[in-house]
Amino acid sequence: MADGSSTPDFSNWSCPLPLADYPTIVMGHGGGGKLGNELVEHLFLPAFRNPALENLGDAAVFELNSGRLAMSTDSFVVQPLFFPGGSIGALAINGTVNDLAVSGAEPKFLSASFILEEGFPLSQLAAIVRAMADAAATAGVRIVTGDTKVVERGHGDGCYINTAGVGVLRPGVNVGPHRAQAGDAILVSGTIGDHGMAIMSVREGLEFESQIRSDCAALNGLIADVLDAVGTGVHAMRDPTRGGLASTLNEIAASSKVGMEIDEARLPIRTEVQSACELLGLDPVYVANEGKAVFFVAAESVDQALAALRAHPLGADAARIGHVTAQHPGMIVARTGMGANRVIAPQIGEQLPRIC
Amino acid sequence: MCLAIPGRVEQITEGDVRMGRVNFGGVVKNVCLDYVPEVVVGDYTIVHVGFALSRIDEKTALETLDLFEKMGALEEELAGEEEIFARAASAQPSPCPDGSCEPSAEDVRSVDQAGRPVSK
Amino acid sequence: MKYLTEFRNGEVAQRMAREIHQVTTRPWRIMEVCGGQTHSIIRNGIDQMLPAGIEMIHGPGCPVCVTPLQLIDKALAIAAQPGVIFCSFGDMLRVPGTERDLFQVKGSGGDVRIVYSPLDAVELAVKNPHKQVVFFGVGFETTAPANAMSVHLAKRRGLKNFSVLVSHVLVPPAIEALMSSPGNKVQAFLAAGHVCSVMGFWEYPPLVEKYRIPIVVTGFEPLDLLDGIRRAVIQLEKGEYRVENAYERIVTYKGNLPAQKLLAEVFEVTDRAWRGIGVIPKSGWRLSEPYREFDAEERFHITGIHTEESPICMSGAVLLGAIKPAECPAFGKECTPRHPLGATMVSSEGACAAYYNYGRFLSAEDLAHAGAALTGAMNG
Repeated sequence: MADGSSTPDFSNWSCPLPLADYPTIVMGHGGGGKLGNELVEHLFLPAFRNPALENLGDAAVFELNSGRLAMSTDSFVVQPLFFPGGSIGALAINGTVNDLAVSGAEPKFLSASFILEEGFPLSQLAAIVRAMADAAATAGVRIVTGDTKVVERGHGDGCYINTAGVGVLRPGVNVGPHRAQAGDAILVSGTIGDHGMAIMSVREGLEFESQIRSDCAALNGLIADVLDAVGTGVHAMRDPTRGGLASTLNEIAASSKVGMEIDEARLPIRTEVQSACELLGLDPVYVANEGKAVFFVAAESVDQALAALRAHPLGADAARIGHVTAQHPGMIVARTGMGANRVIAPQIGEQLPRIC
Repeated sequence: MCLAIPGRVEQITEGDVRMGRVNFGGVVKNVCLDYVPEVVVGDYTIVHVGFALSRIDEKTALETLDLFEKMGALEEELAGEEEIFARAASAQPSPCPDGSCEPSAEDVRSVDQAGRPVSK
Repeated sequence: MKYLTEFRNGEVAQRMAREIHQVTTRPWRIMEVCGGQTHSIIRNGIDQMLPAGIEMIHGPGCPVCVTPLQLIDKALAIAAQPGVIFCSFGDMLRVPGTERDLFQVKGSGGDVRIVYSPLDAVELAVKNPHKQVVFFGVGFETTAPANAMSVHLAKRRGLKNFSVLVSHVLVPPAIEALMSSPGNKVQAFLAAGHVCSVMGFWEYPPLVEKYRIPIVVTGFEPLDLLDGIRRAVIQLEKGEYRVENAYERIVTYKGNLPAQKLLAEVFEVTDRAWRGIGVIPKSGWRLSEPYREFDAEERFHITGIHTEESPICMSGAVLLGAIKPAECPAFGKECTPRHPLGATMVSSEGACAAYYNYGRFLSAEDLAHAGAALTGAMNG
């Protein structure tokens, strides 16, 4: 279907009749009673199937190797729910997986909480859940606990999702936004601006036709490869989501109290993404990404890091885009295509399309 | 008032309003072509807020680029003062050096890249 | 993108800049009229490439910046009304009114929508017959044909729920006002290329003659801007003054005749207040009598607007090119893109915003040297 949903096959659900009578979400689905249980039994469990979840306790119980743990949480409210290259479901899993991965942790277990609007089509929920299951399987993580609440019609945007995740920190890895140092190289794992422009392409009032697809993806495998290759050579990592590459660079520059110098000609940007940005008057460095990572790497580790990135399917377009400097701390200076300089300032609010 | 970008017209639909599918480097939008009746499929046009404002003269565009490419090519260093004055001295004289002439509209001509007037 | 990317060739740009160095013997002050040109110059660092004596003065060609405060406040009042869908280009969303902006109205429950084209607003009116759809028609002559068509179509389709809040301003009267203001230092103009794609450049010879200044119709990409500047400098060096067209692939002498025809039908010339500058006679367009029913100001009768500009905002001086943004005492302190005092700091093409966002609290020279180590490090 155009909205990405598919009608679930109710025939092999053990109590098909009551669920089939309710093709949309009703208040009762959030009540913890029979309707709610049916959602869990017939939608969430089959999709997320794993032992910790199936006990259906109030809390998931699992074991982790001893050592340091990382935990992250994020809420997902994207509109539209389905867009070229992804969905809110895929984002919900990959977003939290990536936050753990860029902290140097191996993501293991996730929770998933839904806030659904009364009247939300079950078929869309099924498609979202399917996407979450697929993303979790690809990332090698398990969804072990969850919750569902329903709000009255008009009080929610169809579906909001929160995921929280726990991961195990890789021994010997010590990354953090404050650890970038003068002399570090700045690497990006691939093309920027894909996700934000994919969303724009289906946004009411601004839509356009293109082949642009969201880059939504789990980065833990890619990051593991880089850490295998250079270990402590990585000083800082971040996935540039909202606010784009520009925001990530500025945040880390502020945390680490360093300046950065970027070569605009080396930023990997798909032609169509650039064209779409020209059309709407947007700067690609401020556009969101959902499957990219920025690495701050010791100068002597750059070649191995780039090789590891480019060997991975998600890192084929990896590039070295600049370096960290002790000059102009907190400021990102970019060399333009003209050979002149401009500053990449922190973003103020959402970047809006312009006509001037 | 300025963000207008070039795109290639791929399809035209005559109707209540003349609309076209215009391709901007892989991104396609429906654009109003009412103001450019001379534009046909395959032409390039400049588009602002969903309206084509002018046909792009491709021949002129390529000639302009060609001239730009040739600029500054022969001089490797910045010229010295003498050379600058010599160049200024040998340049095309103004048609009205003391500024006293009253030109008509037709006198306003394009000039080529070297500053020489060309007739319209 | 074809016919765009080629005009951003860095190597050719460097050589064109060198040509400008070679023909320049004296200091000159050139104004680029259009905010989009200002944005491109600052964003690409074109001014860093020019000889030290050439000063680019940034003009008032930012329609967002010059929309009168009273009209912004009226827009906010209309947008806040229930039953109204208020449509606007993205540029207007954060322009500060006396108390708030459209973004905040949206946040408080107003139905404010960003559109790419005025036709999208007409579509919304068709799809929402029980709502009043209001379109914020701001712009110079470049945007006027689109706005005119939207009103024309609404009239043709007999739409009763569509209206336009008009704030159209014209370039030639602005140039006239600038040239006749005391203390004006501009010696040549780069005329706005896309305005001229609509209007042609037949309006400029009288200005050239009256004020004896070169006017070069110029585009927006780095190579186009460098060419426009180069031609202006050559004229200045020779003591000449005439109109030149440096954007020939798009601009003709007469301009776009079908567009001018509809403009003459839908709009009529009127005096306009320019925010920060004051009233410039015959410098704007309003809806003509046959189209007056679509005027949102008349349809909505907003009263009780009390406007108040920030007393320390110097937008007007910036717009007239009298000062550079960094010379305003409030720049970067009380006035930032996050807390703008005036429109020039919040409009995407406002000079103050361009300076702030691209780092011009450093001087152009400091900025040019900031990346000096870049080449060496990148080749490692």
